[in-house]
Amino acid sequence: MALSGMRGLSVFISDIRNCQNKEQERLRVDKELGNVRTRFKNEKGLSPYEKKKYVWKMLYIYMLGYDVDFGHMEAVSLISAPKYPEKQVGYIVTACLLNENHDFLRLAINTVRNDIIGRNETFQCLALTMISSSARPLVRKKAALCLLRLYRKNPDVVNVDGWADRMAQLLDERDLGVLTSSMSLLVALVSNNHEAYWSCLPKCVKTLERLARNQDVPQEYTYYGIPSPWLQVKTMRALQYFPTIEDPNTRRSLFEVLQRILMGTDVVKNVNKNNASHAVLFEALALVMHLDAEKEMMSQCVALLGKFIAVREPNIRYLGLENMTRMLLVTDVQDIIKRHQAQIITSLKDPDISIRRRALDLLYGMCDVTNAKDIVEEILQYLSTAEFAMREELSLKAAILAEKFAPDLSWYVDVILQLIDKAGDFVSDDIWFRVVQFVTNNEDLQPYAAAKAREYLDKPAIHETMVKVSAYLIGEFGHLLARRPGCSLKELFSIIHEKLPTVSSSTIPILLSTYAKILMHAQPPEPELQNLIWAIFNKYESCIDAEIQQRAVEYFALSRKGAALMDILAEMPKFPERQSSLIKKAEDIEVDTAEQSAIKLRALQQTSNALVVTDQRPANGTPPVTQLSLVKVPSTSSNVDHHVADQGLSQENGTLTTVDPQPPPADLLGDLLGPLAIEGPPSADVQPQQNIVSGVEGVPNAVEATAIVPVGEQTNSVQPIGSIAERFQALCVKDSGVLYEDPYIQIGIKAEWRAHQGRLVLFLGNKNTNPLLSVQAIILPPSHLKLELSLVPETIPPRAQVQCPLEIVNLRPSRDVAVLDFSYKFGNDMVNCKLRLPAVLSKFLQPIPVSAEEFFPQWRSLSGPPLKLQEVVRGVKPMPLLDMANLFNSLRLMVSPGLDPNPNNLVASTTFYSESTRAMLCLARIETDPADRTQLRLTVASGDPTLTFELKEFIKEQLVSIPTASRAPAPAPPAPQPTSPPAAALTDDPGALLAGLL
Amino acid sequence: MIHFVILNNRQGKVRLTKWYSTYSQKERSKVIRELTGIILSRGPKLCNFVEWRGLKVVYKRYAGLYFSMCIDQDDNELETLDIIHHYVEMLDRYFLNVCELDLIYNFHKVSLFVILAYYILDELLLAGELQESSRRTIARLVAAQDSLVETAREQASLLGDLVKQAM
Repeated sequence: MALSGMRGLSVFISDIRNCQNKEQERLRVDKELGNVRTRFKNEKGLSPYEKKKYVWKMLYIYMLGYDVDFGHMEAVSLISAPKYPEKQVGYIVTACLLNENHDFLRLAINTVRNDIIGRNETFQCLALTMISSSARPLVRKKAALCLLRLYRKNPDVVNVDGWADRMAQLLDERDLGVLTSSMSLLVALVSNNHEAYWSCLPKCVKTLERLARNQDVPQEYTYYGIPSPWLQVKTMRALQYFPTIEDPNTRRSLFEVLQRILMGTDVVKNVNKNNASHAVLFEALALVMHLDAEKEMMSQCVALLGKFIAVREPNIRYLGLENMTRMLLVTDVQDIIKRHQAQIITSLKDPDISIRRRALDLLYGMCDVTNAKDIVEEILQYLSTAEFAMREELSLKAAILAEKFAPDLSWYVDVILQLIDKAGDFVSDDIWFRVVQFVTNNEDLQPYAAAKAREYLDKPAIHETMVKVSAYLIGEFGHLLARRPGCSLKELFSIIHEKLPTVSSSTIPILLSTYAKILMHAQPPEPELQNLIWAIFNKYESCIDAEIQQRAVEYFALSRKGAALMDILAEMPKFPERQSSLIKKAEDIEVDTAEQSAIKLRALQQTSNALVVTDQRPANGTPPVTQLSLVKVPSTSSNVDHHVADQGLSQENGTLTTVDPQPPPADLLGDLLGPLAIEGPPSADVQPQQNIVSGVEGVPNAVEATAIVPVGEQTNSVQPIGSIAERFQALCVKDSGVLYEDPYIQIGIKAEWRAHQGRLVLFLGNKNTNPLLSVQAIILPPSHLKLELSLVPETIPPRAQVQCPLEIVNLRPSRDVAVLDFSYKFGNDMVNCKLRLPAVLSKFLQPIPVSAEEFFPQWRSLSGPPLKLQEVVRGVKPMPLLDMANLFNSLRLMVSPGLDPNPNNLVASTTFYSESTRAMLCLARIETDPADRTQLRLTVASGDPTLTFELKEFIKEQLVSIPTASRAPAPAPPAPQPTSPPAAALTDDPGALLAGLL
Repeated sequence: MIHFVILNNRQGKVRLTKWYSTYSQKERSKVIRELTGIILSRGPKLCNFVEWRGLKVVYKRYAGLYFSMCIDQDDNELETLDIIHHYVEMLDRYFLNVCELDLIYNFHKVSLFVILAYYILDELLLAGELQESSRRTIARLVAAQDSLVETAREQASLLGDLVKQAM
């Protein structure tokens, strides 16, 4: 074995293990380090064998937890040794001791490269192992994973264009080891951009079928009788990155496999076999949820999960709870999940904190008005016995649920007071401030709250927070209790005053205020009470704490002013409604407490005091038809009107903290976005875009100036990956894909459209290991769309993906485009981009086939303008008629072939949905000139003049500026041939180099 | 992906670490300290998952040794548990019973163990992902590496003998 013969090392290890205590061990290690150090210094006498031995010693010492700050050079130099034993040790030790930021690694780069391109297969492996942290399969799988590593580390360095074909080929691999590695690579690639890899989808399904049916799986790749559970899991993971599976055959085979997994997984005695089969099962569950399978399969999943959360085996129970939480996102199963409430509550009392966390999360996620009382009461009960690590989270969650779902406000007050009573240390000030706000704003609640506070004050020992909140409530509303026994002002005063010696100096000012209030309420003045309180004020007039002193002096002076006192100390005015700081806080905390993003998402959806920029009517109620002219020639007056309206709006809904108070006037923007002239290349415009995000009171000039910045222009130092315009164009004809990407973030979109409504989910994915801060997303909607974006979290944790659903309602026909103003901060870079959202007119179309009998009467009945408009379009991009038909179909205008007797013409039909028009049939006819493909005659007809006009313009835009990128045939793979990569590529591009090995 | 692998004994002494994500030396010691503390304090009948700083640690105890792997939050936990068990089974092929290894005071074997554990781990995982799941293939690769070392050593001693003879 490798170590036989290294006697020195064995002796050293045995010495260490014989050490009686830490001190002895340290002495022995120090001695050895000294020894090694001297040896290294005196390099002449060091044979490779000795070097190797000392480097091993260093590694051992390092493993013991001691700092080894020398000898790195020796370790690295071993890498370039010609012989295998030295080289191997060099690689292992270097990989352990040094991380990628270490300077010495630079010394090794050249050797590593030489090893990779060298002839020696074993050296290749060593080098590859090292980079990430051939009997060809051996090298290929290492190469695949190294590529993965490089790709993760720096996606820009690795040129992934044209990999799709290579990946598809790789998936045909029979060797399951290579396939496992390739699948990991595929998962990383599709997670970034699934579009390019559609061709891999059927192959993944095939692989899964092969494994699930145990066909052609060598014995060595089965694990406890299960064909490689790892590969199965990875394959299903890859499939989850495709938004849907369109091909019905592939879909059917996949569902067959999934069904087999769901039904065929039994619990057996052998725990390892169980683990393996359930690893596959849980991944299958996730895939089923993702694919939004038929109802029947979904309820099967819920039933399975219901079974899991009741079993004793802790791992399965944990995963059951975790996946049930994910399931909450799937619609329609909430009620079934609620049936398991009792079981979940049992898990809240489990001895295992991991399980309790999951149970708490699930309860938190499934809570709504119907079960809030039960759930919150359970949480409160559990609070008294919970360990410290969970108390803060528990109390915060209880407070939030109580606030969000309180069936009545008195219950809310009860809950919070109980919370303070049981876990005062963990109830932050925010929570009791919130109670005070609620009580102040709800008059009905005031006597009840005061009475409750009075009850708690009777308890012998209460938490200081309780003293604060009770004192405040009694001071404000204590007089409402006047007629109850034991609640005269004097009694109230004395019971509060009893607590004064027990509290800290931060509470005393509150108590002083309470006294002043009591004094004010005592009408006519009770001299005895007055004297008592004055004495207290007197006493604190010389207090060392400035706040207390000031209050004492001021209250004392005020209380001698008689009637003026009444005005100044009168009841506090109502608080303005504002976003719960609790919920905001919860969002912050969730980053730490390992929350599911799903839960977060749900929480956000439900609070829904997110920014609602709705209903920006055209100024002065201008009817939609005249709006057309507005679009063309924006007058300054309407601009100003909008401006004012916007301001009013944002002030009204009061979420000033997150909403840009002055979105640029919608029409002006719409005007800029509507026409085709926005294909501007990203330029280094020096427009100060921060204006938009910064000041609450932006100068009108600045607003106007920013409004005319064409979308797509960037002032950022961070450059987007790929063309924003092309991505947008592609998304206009599809429902999912990437909207924007730069080195830090990727914004994906998945949309569903149903009649005049749409739901668009923004996937904000942080690509880095650092959080993205100050994330802001503001929607600048055109006037015809009603958009509702749920609150975007301010921080996106490392490598996390946040989903922000956006509800869209189409009010009336218009081809204006909504704009997402997105900004975030990474390190010191403030990145801001304005992105058009692909909620274009065609999304609200529903193709409808019409027969000749239906078409012609309709066509004739809609005669002439404004319902039928005709225009000769010139400068059309020349294309064959078939392509044009495809283009129409992709825009959801259904081409009916053969309807028009002239083969050079096209006839298309569709239904347009909006709130104002409802469902409206639209017909279009294109007459092309075979002699001149650059011009054609376009006729559009519908029952609504605006719709006809807008649709005609929309089609025109599409015909004139057809995006080349999305429709061009996939570019030929530029990567070198797999068998003989050119030498130039080898030396320059590490990605190509590794790809060559694949 | 797997961010790191830690192997420690019941006393919290670390036997093996492997990092697939970048952590500075300071962070590494902190992670080890924190995690061994959490894991050692967990009772025997609890689940094998610990949520930790937005990540998940899947661990399993085999007699005196704890094997932990840290994964992303939405990775498959059981899959990782399978990897751990698979790894342990492979180690078991070389040592009669890995888990008892720490108890018996066989220092020679322990040092051997650490080195071999690295060999095997490097064939099992790469870049934080499973590289090869076939036990036979891994065994073959490790043996091949080992024999390379042996041959080189024999050659060296042969050379040494020759030199001695010549003198």
